[in-house]
Amino acid sequence: MSNPTLSPTQTPAPPSPGAVRSKSQQKRRNRYIVAPLILVSVNVVLFLLFFVWPGALGLLYSFTDYRGVGKLNFIGLANFQKLFGDGTFWAALSRTFIYTILSVPVIYASSLGVASLLVSKAVRGRTVAKIVIFLPWLISPIVVGVIWRWLFGQDFGFVNFVITGMGGNSVPWSSNGNLALGVVIMASAWAGTAFNMLLFIAALKNIPESLLEAAELDGANAWQRFRNVTLPAIAPTSFMVVLLSTIHAMKEFAMIQALTNGGPGTENTLIVQYIYKTGFEQSKVGYASAASMVLMVVLLIIALIQLRFNRKKG
Amino acid sequence: MASTTKVPLPVPGEPLKARGVATKTTKRSTRDGRGTRISAPLTIVMWVVVLIYALPLIWFLLSSFKPGSELFSYPLSILPREWTFQAFIDAWDRVDFARYFLNTAIVAISTTVLTVFFSACTGYALAKYDNRGTRIFFVCILATTMLPTEVILNPTFSVIRDLGLYNSLAGIIVPSVLTATGVFMFRQFFLTVPDDLLHSARIDGASELAIFFRIMLPLAKPILFTLAIFSFQWRWNDYIWPLIVLNDPKWYTLQVALRSIVGAENIDWPILLGASVISILPLVLVFAIFQKYVLNADVSAGLKD
Repeated sequence: MSNPTLSPTQTPAPPSPGAVRSKSQQKRRNRYIVAPLILVSVNVVLFLLFFVWPGALGLLYSFTDYRGVGKLNFIGLANFQKLFGDGTFWAALSRTFIYTILSVPVIYASSLGVASLLVSKAVRGRTVAKIVIFLPWLISPIVVGVIWRWLFGQDFGFVNFVITGMGGNSVPWSSNGNLALGVVIMASAWAGTAFNMLLFIAALKNIPESLLEAAELDGANAWQRFRNVTLPAIAPTSFMVVLLSTIHAMKEFAMIQALTNGGPGTENTLIVQYIYKTGFEQSKVGYASAASMVLMVVLLIIALIQLRFNRKKG
Repeated sequence: MASTTKVPLPVPGEPLKARGVATKTTKRSTRDGRGTRISAPLTIVMWVVVLIYALPLIWFLLSSFKPGSELFSYPLSILPREWTFQAFIDAWDRVDFARYFLNTAIVAISTTVLTVFFSACTGYALAKYDNRGTRIFFVCILATTMLPTEVILNPTFSVIRDLGLYNSLAGIIVPSVLTATGVFMFRQFFLTVPDDLLHSARIDGASELAIFFRIMLPLAKPILFTLAIFSFQWRWNDYIWPLIVLNDPKWYTLQVALRSIVGAENIDWPILLGASVISILPLVLVFAIFQKYVLNADVSAGLKD
């Protein structure tokens, strides 16, 4: 990670000739400040408007009983007290954790597995295979939800049709909460493989072949080569895939809305959907913002833990 | 670089690129020397996996060509007994698709143009000007990936409303311009551009902005295309921004319109299937034309949005 980028401010530009040297250098220095400022200005403004402002506002709202209109009425920590005693909130949060803990390994394994197959020269037809597996990337979360809802429909789906056709009993994919979550996990892996697979393919192609050949000569079998050469070599990418998938899973919303709408009942309502329902459908803005703040802290903790873990390993 | 080197997330090693180039040649030579051995079991495994991934899509597509009466008639048949375009025709008539297409296209195209341009500017500044300001902003952008909009829906809505962007397409376009992925992609690319280029341009008396627009931006063309496709896909498929910003159905984008079909008490499946398939087509077209910019892209810097 230590890439020696020459930084203009630390390494002065080649000295310009003449007596006005210090003055022109001063001018140069100013330019090094002004030019990047112009270049980043729009994004800085957007960052302040759509990230800092809502963030601060959310924090403010979380101490009020704001309902979308009227004045802010501060009620201290009452929202948080209520929130920590709210069974629906805990249910949504813990269901989100379960979903994340189950779906991230599935996505990781499927992306890495597919990528390994796709970079292996022993496999025929890799180009077509890559395109087919990449297709779900084009499909929006809403349509992914529709596709899987259609496939796993309890009374009309293809999967239950095949199962009953083979003599089994119709599986309650949508009326059993855990099975419904299983379908959501499969759908998320199906949709999430494509992009992560690209990351892994790039990483796998960058492993020097000589390293793997040396291991092979030393008598390492395929699993040992994978375990001891490949995995350490792609560790940074693995870390990124896990972190991004975790954050993605924690904020899953659109796909579930289309697939189960949090059902059966409210059993699979995840945290973002809970915030949306509380904040927009019931317009308890203050209360929803308190939940948002809790989720923010949770995400921050997850990110910090993973950064720490990664640094220790590296 | 002190603060950025500690943060391993966005750029897993710029040197990788150089290494990749080096290994490519060695790979080719070993392949030529040994010849390619095709392994039948591995190939079979690969194709079984491909089939599993294709199955949901195939079933979905085939179903959309069935007449409504056939969708639920047991036993199901894999191929439609009677092929028909009726679902697409009905979907096009019943859902105001022309309007939703137009809205979605306006949003996707204008956001993409703005995102690509401003990401290039920011990425370049972060890569080539190392001072406290750019370092702090780098961390800020990193933070946006960890704490996404989904988390702060209500306050974001208030901001949109107070800015007068509520219920307008601009309300979806403007907040989506800043994306961490775009900035990081360009930053990583510009880090690999040698500083000598910059220095010699400076000696020749080029102004800082001229260097960026005349020399650096043209160099970044491949990244430009890759990000453009990424951004187009994100915006075409975006759901959360249109959901909170738009109220009037005449501004709806495709995803919000689809959601209103799937969220209905009794889902009209023939319409939903037809509408969903139609909504995917433009992206498939874009992908078919530009796929090399996605599939061959070195996306090691990429972050999902």
